[in-house]
Amino acid sequence: MKLRTFFLLSGIISCFTLQSHAELSIQITQGIDNPIPVAVVPFTNESGGPFSQDVAQIVTNDLEQVGEFIALSRSNMLSMPSEEQEVFYRDWRLLAQDYLLIGKINQQPGSQLVQVQYEFFDINREMKLAGEVLTGSVTQLRDIGHTISNVVFEQVTGIPGAFTSQILYIVSEGAGPATTLFRLEKADYDGARPQILLESAEPIMSPSWSPNGQDVAYVSFETDLPRIYIQNIATGQRRQITNYPNINSSPVWSPDGSKLAMVLSKDGSPDIYVQDLNNNELMRVTDHPAIDTEPSWTPDGRHLVFMSDRTGQPQIYQIELGANSYNVERLTYDCFQCAKARFLPDGLNLVHVRRETRQSPTYQISILNIETLRVITLTDTALDESPSLAPNGSMIMYATKFNGRGVLDAVSIDGRVKFRLPSSQGDVREPSWSPFLN
Amino acid sequence: MGNQRNQFFKVSLLVISLFALGACSSTSETEEEPSSGSESGASSSNSGSASSNAGSSSGQLTQEEIRAQNALRQTVFYFDFDVAEFKPADRETLTYHARDLAANPSKRLRLEGHADERGTREYNLALGERRANGILNYFIVNGAARSQIEVVSYGEERPQQSGQGEQAYSRNRRVEVVTQ
Repeated sequence: MKLRTFFLLSGIISCFTLQSHAELSIQITQGIDNPIPVAVVPFTNESGGPFSQDVAQIVTNDLEQVGEFIALSRSNMLSMPSEEQEVFYRDWRLLAQDYLLIGKINQQPGSQLVQVQYEFFDINREMKLAGEVLTGSVTQLRDIGHTISNVVFEQVTGIPGAFTSQILYIVSEGAGPATTLFRLEKADYDGARPQILLESAEPIMSPSWSPNGQDVAYVSFETDLPRIYIQNIATGQRRQITNYPNINSSPVWSPDGSKLAMVLSKDGSPDIYVQDLNNNELMRVTDHPAIDTEPSWTPDGRHLVFMSDRTGQPQIYQIELGANSYNVERLTYDCFQCAKARFLPDGLNLVHVRRETRQSPTYQISILNIETLRVITLTDTALDESPSLAPNGSMIMYATKFNGRGVLDAVSIDGRVKFRLPSSQGDVREPSWSPFLN
Repeated sequence: MGNQRNQFFKVSLLVISLFALGACSSTSETEEEPSSGSESGASSSNSGSASSNAGSSSGQLTQEEIRAQNALRQTVFYFDFDVAEFKPADRETLTYHARDLAANPSKRLRLEGHADERGTREYNLALGERRANGILNYFIVNGAARSQIEVVSYGEERPQQSGQGEQAYSRNRRVEVVTQ
């Protein structure tokens, strides 16, 4: 049985903890037809407690949110085992369950440390698939729950779980001209435990995680002009990266974290540039009098995908870094507007925001396969934007409007599963899903 | 406060009525900005400054001056969907703004470009700049100095009116002229 320890970061983070914030809670808006039945038995408190977090419930919520699973109601359980000897496969087969998760929690007297033991079983094959003891602070039970969800998800689907990942997003308080406050916040992938990273009376835009998960790049208007900043997420330490005339926007990290693609209009119109973060050298990538913006890196880090309205409406293009700025390849033709594109890790499927025709003013999240030219539209709301991919590539989080307010939705990349993170106050937008965090 | 400013309010009846006409023909887009013309009555409860009119100490403004003053009071210019050029109807008003800059070299303006919420945010940031640049270039062609004008785009981040629909959107596609 493996042992893992959760490191205590709470001391560093506490100075940024929210006093009042948009409390986000998740809501499944569309599930699949035949979800996998799984029984998650309440974990037994062997010593210590009671605990503020129900670990089994956290795992249940995780598994149901991604839509692949349906959890057995606790009231229908015939037994509640907490270790392997107490498991009778027949009980769970009778309840038509495919998988079973059990566990127990120990807290040393007078200590903040808890040990969470879990075991995961395949009912049909009558075998244990995984099990370990996780050690951490009593304040980290939510992290421990998400870690168990990762293991369960990977055992069943073969894909690493993204339940310990986090999101960044922008919140604005007060609508329209009465907007008084803009915030950059960070939360768990499901919106739990939001923290303020930056608060400003001026707009904040375009948060982007660094590939190592430690920094965020964003645009802040705090000087009355849009400028790019990099902030360390744990310490809050920040530095201004750009101060060029006119627009400085759309910072996106290269896959190796050494460069920042960005948009500058210092030479007249918005063009794509790349700044080396080690020597601050600035390289111009596109040179066109139209608007070029929304850069993203191809998975190999050798090309940039961007949006340009050089033909009159936004379309998606690709350019090789270091190539002549006229040597641009157009990727989209069949939409009135296609924008904000980035490739999935396969380098073939392009996630983007699509407005099909001039007559239908709806913006939806779509995926274009650039070889087959097949387009799958994943969403059916009207004002969808800012798609951001989960680190395991399984879901896309995006911003949309619900009842006139900005909310964050997520959709699986096959379009079958959707969930929503409603906010109790303010407009929420521009989600940026973290890489795998360790 | 109001009494101290009385000297600025010696405006002839003719001028007042012309002013009123001008005010009627200007659209509701005009941002509220106190002026001498709107405070002709004895009951005026003055809240703003009318010092820019002090120069016409005779109290007699020419029709051209009145037109110029009205024009300068319009500081918000609205745009059609997906269009970066200002409306032809605003050309004359913008010409007065440009001439005012040319005549007052120490004057500084900020052109703040905005877009409605449709389309992606970063594209809208660029669209707002394109709109503001259109007015910037028009000002320069008509005599203003580049150094007098700062351009900033807020994209869709600072809507004038919240909500979905053309009513709100038409208010949000705009350039605001902010005197610094």
